[in-house]
Amino acid sequence: MKILYGMQRPDEGEIKVDGSPVTFHTPGDAISHGIGMVHQHFMLADNLTVLENVILGSEPRRGGVAVDFRAARKKIKEISDAYGLAIEPDLPVEELGVGARQRVEILKVLYRGARILILDEPTAVLVPQEVDELFDNLRGLVREGLTILFISHKLDEVLRVADAITVIRRGTTVATVDPKDVTARRLAELMVGSELPSPETRESTVTDVVALAVRDLTVRTAAGRTIVDGATFDIRKGEVLGIAGVEGNGQAELVEAIMGMRAGSTGTITLAGEDISQWSTLKRREAGIGYIPEDRHRHGLLLESPLWENRILGHQTRRPNSKGVWVDRAGARADTRRIVDAYDVRTPGIEVDAAALSGGNQQKLIVGREMSGDPVLLIASHPTRGVDVGAQAAIWDHLRTARAAGLAVLLISADLDELIGLSDSLKVILRGRIVADIDPTSVTPERLGSAMTGAGEGA
Amino acid sequence: MSTFLDRLLGRVKLGGWLALVAPLLAVLFAVVITSIVLLATGKPPLETFNALAQYGAQPRTMAVIVNTGTEYYISALAVAIGFRMNLFNIGVDGQYRLAAVVAAGVGGAALLPGVLNIILIVVVAVVVGALWAAIAGLLRVTRGVSEVISTIMLNSIATGIGSWLVTNYFGVLKGNELATKEIPQDSRVPGMALIPGTQLQVTGFVVVAIILGIAYYVLLNRTRFGFELRATGQSESAAIASGISVKKMIVVTMVVSGVVAGLIGMPELLGASYKYSTNFPTGLGFTGIAIALLGRNNAVGMAIGALLWSFLDNSSDTLQLLDISKEIVAIMQGVIVLSVIIAYELVHRYRIVAEQRRVSRELATPQQAEGAAA
Repeated sequence: MKILYGMQRPDEGEIKVDGSPVTFHTPGDAISHGIGMVHQHFMLADNLTVLENVILGSEPRRGGVAVDFRAARKKIKEISDAYGLAIEPDLPVEELGVGARQRVEILKVLYRGARILILDEPTAVLVPQEVDELFDNLRGLVREGLTILFISHKLDEVLRVADAITVIRRGTTVATVDPKDVTARRLAELMVGSELPSPETRESTVTDVVALAVRDLTVRTAAGRTIVDGATFDIRKGEVLGIAGVEGNGQAELVEAIMGMRAGSTGTITLAGEDISQWSTLKRREAGIGYIPEDRHRHGLLLESPLWENRILGHQTRRPNSKGVWVDRAGARADTRRIVDAYDVRTPGIEVDAAALSGGNQQKLIVGREMSGDPVLLIASHPTRGVDVGAQAAIWDHLRTARAAGLAVLLISADLDELIGLSDSLKVILRGRIVADIDPTSVTPERLGSAMTGAGEGA
Repeated sequence: MSTFLDRLLGRVKLGGWLALVAPLLAVLFAVVITSIVLLATGKPPLETFNALAQYGAQPRTMAVIVNTGTEYYISALAVAIGFRMNLFNIGVDGQYRLAAVVAAGVGGAALLPGVLNIILIVVVAVVVGALWAAIAGLLRVTRGVSEVISTIMLNSIATGIGSWLVTNYFGVLKGNELATKEIPQDSRVPGMALIPGTQLQVTGFVVVAIILGIAYYVLLNRTRFGFELRATGQSESAAIASGISVKKMIVVTMVVSGVVAGLIGMPELLGASYKYSTNFPTGLGFTGIAIALLGRNNAVGMAIGALLWSFLDNSSDTLQLLDISKEIVAIMQGVIVLSVIIAYELVHRYRIVAEQRRVSRELATPQQAEGAAA
């Protein structure tokens, strides 16, 4: 998708528009070939009018300098009428609803002469009626001869609006199907993959001691939207609990709520028998929660600090990193060397900046750090995302060893191999709710797929 | 990756000799630019710089340079504490002036004898500076007000409160100068005859400034608080995930910055004029910003920067003898700051690339050895 819009260059392969091959270096190239993209997050200036937003960056000129607002208004009116978008050019964008804003985004693309529209998760922010309106608009556009690429993980919507469906999994095309002769279930199966890995036979290390108990955990945004809805589960010592789900269904917020990083969450969280719901992030960490964050660059590292300072991060109140109010530089350095050795972090030394390491080595450092100090619970969010195969296997090994030693692990991942291979039990999250319990030893793609995508609902 | 601002404010460190080369190049570049300006106005550059150096090397001027530099340095420290955490305390200026007014008023009243009065004066100054800075910190964490805006406005308010206090409470009319009561003889900080060949003494606060510089280094690099401060400055999101309370850090950092700011006026108050009047130096807080940038918030770098700035400020008087406008020095100061920023940026980019190359090179070698063994 980014390649189609000229934001990234392909390594190989070719793109043809109307039969002739093209290469895109910038989004500008894509636009000049008639490809326009409507982003999931609106790119509009609230305090400008619709007209100003639409022409921003490609203003019609009059006499070389002046902006020809009259010509622009006329053109916008024409496009709006031709495709039934019903847009009033002189309203400020801040007065528009979400659906109308999306139509402005579409109009913006059409204004630049696009004949092929890419819509990235266009319904994510819309309420059902607005979705219906959008689909009506899209059908209108198609009738006028435009091509639309509709990217979504909501199966029912794809089935409703598309004339042809292509399923992509892990970067490759899995299948191209006709919506008329495919069911939601079959589509879900294609999305998840027909062959699921079977978990390695191994001894269960699950004990009876509950390490983490979560009850009715609910997270709301400042605007009052519910993102995590009444999550309830237990993780026992020696157990890996995997959370499966299509990304953006509340996993990140669930983790942040357990870490105490998120205001506006309700429910109780009990760690080793103690109610930690009101504790600060620091206190939770000190009580033995290790945290491998989803985005290591944003949440896990100080990129421009040496490795040993990164060892301190998140563990700054504990030995061997500090003594009272003082940072124990010698202790932190020595322990960083231990992690570098034990976790095979490939680095010339502990004084280099974290930024100089490869993603896999950065992640091994984080895993080593979070396993230090005898954690009770480890929250691993996409622990092997963006790391090389060698580092991935090493991280999985470390997680298995720690689990055998009695660590409770909450594993969030989009990688089904990882989830099924590591988890002792699996739960599926969909739209913030835990919708299914799945036994990883007897999971079927059909069941996992329909639970993850909601295709089973009402069926 | 670090932003330009991170690098500008020294939240990202520069390694080794490159850290020294950058400012030296910048000063050289500033000399070249200034020479061009001088030539364009028909003045001889060599003689001008010679005159500046000659004048600056005189014992009396040297003492003045150290005295002014002391104030500049304390001010730079106050600014730098905020800079390391992404906080722009533009209000150092108002904080030190308000602190000096109140401290001068309390000190002039001579409530305590001798040294006790000195301690009282310093404590009052520190507390006032801290409280004034805390307002901006609290506004930021409770109402989300940018500290840049609030501190600038608090500067104006401090000016107003200061003159109101002097006019209505602390002021005594002497001749036609309205000033606070002089601090009694026994509560003054003596100077030191450090520089031979001049009657002018070096302020005793030079010792305080050195101690503050060391304390600044230790606080930031050796304490947990310093680590948390630097971590927050580098990545607020990583700080939150690590259990650092960013709101608490903002208020505490603002207060610490205000504490140091409160001390800026003390060399003048306790060692030179002994009162607060309309002649009390102003604008030191802004000079501190320039010096903090120049020294990249490094304790030693800022000391050198403060002395350089003070040298330029104090030697400029001599230029009038050569019929050269003293504003040429302001041009030079401006060019130094600008070119230092550019030089640091270039050096930083070079360093990142160099380090990544070094890491991949050093990693490649042992792997080949392993391959050979197998």
